[in-house]
Amino acid sequence: MTTTRPTPTPEQFRALFDPRAVLVAGASTHPGKFGFVALHNILACGYQGKVYATNRDGAEVLGVATVREVAELPAGEIDLVFVCTPAAANPDLLKACAEKGITAAFIASAGYGEAGEEGRRAQDELVALADELGILLAGPNGQGVVSTPAQLCAQIVGPYPPAGRISVASQSGNLVSAFQNYAGQTGVGIARAVSAGNAAAVNVPDFLEYFADDPATGVALAYLEGVGAGEGRAVYERLRSVAERLPVVLVKGGRSAEGQRAAASHTGSLASDDRVFDGMVRQAGVQRADTVEQAFDIAATFATQPLPKGNRVAVVTTVGGWGVAAADTISRTGLRLAPLADDLRAAIDEHLPPRWSRNNPIDMAGGETRDTVPIVLDLVASHPEVDAVIYLGIGIQSNQAKLMREGPFHPDHGIGRIVDYHERQDTRFAEAAIEVSDKTGKPVLVATELAVASPDNPGVATLRNAGRLCHPSANRAVVALDHLWRRARWLQRRGLA
Amino acid sequence: MPTLSEAGSKELLGAFGVPFPAEHVVTTADDAVAAAEALGGPVVVKLGGDAIAHKTERGLVRLNLVGAEAVRDAAEALLAAARPEDGEVHLLVAPMLRATRELIAGLHRDGQFGTTVMLGVGGILAEAVADVAFRLVPITRVDAEEMLDDLATQKLLGEFRGEPAVDRDAVVDVLVGLSQAAVDRPDLVSADLNPLLIVDGRPVAVDALVELEARP
Repeated sequence: MTTTRPTPTPEQFRALFDPRAVLVAGASTHPGKFGFVALHNILACGYQGKVYATNRDGAEVLGVATVREVAELPAGEIDLVFVCTPAAANPDLLKACAEKGITAAFIASAGYGEAGEEGRRAQDELVALADELGILLAGPNGQGVVSTPAQLCAQIVGPYPPAGRISVASQSGNLVSAFQNYAGQTGVGIARAVSAGNAAAVNVPDFLEYFADDPATGVALAYLEGVGAGEGRAVYERLRSVAERLPVVLVKGGRSAEGQRAAASHTGSLASDDRVFDGMVRQAGVQRADTVEQAFDIAATFATQPLPKGNRVAVVTTVGGWGVAAADTISRTGLRLAPLADDLRAAIDEHLPPRWSRNNPIDMAGGETRDTVPIVLDLVASHPEVDAVIYLGIGIQSNQAKLMREGPFHPDHGIGRIVDYHERQDTRFAEAAIEVSDKTGKPVLVATELAVASPDNPGVATLRNAGRLCHPSANRAVVALDHLWRRARWLQRRGLA
Repeated sequence: MPTLSEAGSKELLGAFGVPFPAEHVVTTADDAVAAAEALGGPVVVKLGGDAIAHKTERGLVRLNLVGAEAVRDAAEALLAAARPEDGEVHLLVAPMLRATRELIAGLHRDGQFGTTVMLGVGGILAEAVADVAFRLVPITRVDAEEMLDDLATQKLLGEFRGEPAVDRDAVVDVLVGLSQAAVDRPDLVSADLNPLLIVDGRPVAVDALVELEARP
């Protein structure tokens, strides 16, 4: 890839992510083929624009009357072509598409840079042709593109994620799916998601630059295995420019020598000193995650919480052990436990019996009654010496209620009433966490293992239905919050906050 | 690639604000004794020269010399240890600084990201501890402060064994100075300040090695 290539324009990106109409080139009647699956997914997930398809025999596929040649299609109507045809057919295909005014192509076809010297040559030629034709070329050898604002699921695998504000760009298609699966699991949804494939013409930083000015995107989530030869400095400058406008969460494959060997064979990425890479992303203001699942945790927290103004955290808990675990994790981050102010301690004293911890973590020690949790959350989050709150212990009452509801005595012996009460309470607690965050403009993170163990728990479900992340553990919440604080500080120190 | 002598390295980097101890470059044992007397207190005497890069390995560093006789003996022995391939040599006479804390700092070229500034925890266990932070040149003061924050061994930067906390601004000055040196001298391939001693809380580089691109 040379540096003299034109950079993709916002109009071309709009054609990719918000196309007026889509063409599937190489639609197949065989439900096991990519050309069938891609068309199926576009039709099945609610895309509102017109969908066209080509088929070698002009056969009808999934109710779509296909054409044999692109020349038969209307001009000036279609923005995006999703390409499943063999590599050898694609140069002529792109030329025909350009004639019809198509300005973006996602190439799912394989047989390019990943397939040896000849494939590499075909890839270079395709890139040069696309540049000449004014077509944005995504892929090749990519899994597809998802854009929930357009209800577009142009990809050759599931899932179609819930809508949200996270936008994904990845050097691995499979990890795009992983992030989308996490989105489905947590309810914290996706705006755009794209697998860069071989990234022949458009690479991950290119996509991030589009996300930076995309109103549908609230946070970018990127998977990188490395940067191309000679591109390091440009990648730094671009990451930094994006991070000034948008939170960027990055997870890098190939951290270790073993991982770098795997990355070299997966995407051909060059090995580099991970400590230099790490310094580069910190300098650029990018949040680097240690693992794939942590990257999603962090991105989902950026997508659903305001940035803290400082690093003083209050832990509000009905469960002592998790409070201690949270305190331990906080001590390993840039966050710190907020010293409990006298007036706050006195205010909490009004609502709890004397056995509460009277310190931070604020362990209610089972002393809470009907309204205590919402009141204490409000008192703590509203206090000027608290920058963020982590609330632990939601869902416990409903977890018992579940056992009662499913037991042999329900609803007799007063069980019916208490079950309803417990479930109402956890719903209220979740709502209170959301309300105090909205009211104070401070992050209020809620964590419980029930997020995974019992996703239908009313406390968990209320958060999920409100589009908030229910963190699966106290320590994972702390790590995510620490990244919010790191970004806040990065912005503050540079006068960007 | 050619390296500068320790004295030459210090001259280059000193111009960018890197703090070095007051030291004398001399060529005779007599002048070494005079220099040691002028400095007062225990001194270090080293053999220097553009072709000498690994003094410690060759035993060309004599530490903690007290009194004229010790200085003279060391100076004579060092001059006698010079090899023909060392070319022109000199003696470097510097005050013997003691520090319980050592950092390392430097400039290095990365194959992908270009010249980087490095800060790390120094000392004999430095390599095993591997507590280092990198940034790409050029860096701002804020970047340099964040490099200090990145070090895992934060306790080393606070008050330590009766010594004051590390003057973070002074370390920032060193890092920003290194960055500026790399900007102003594109021929600079690498620079090592090892160790960067913390004396009374302030950084002092007692050794420096600069490597430059070969002139065409």
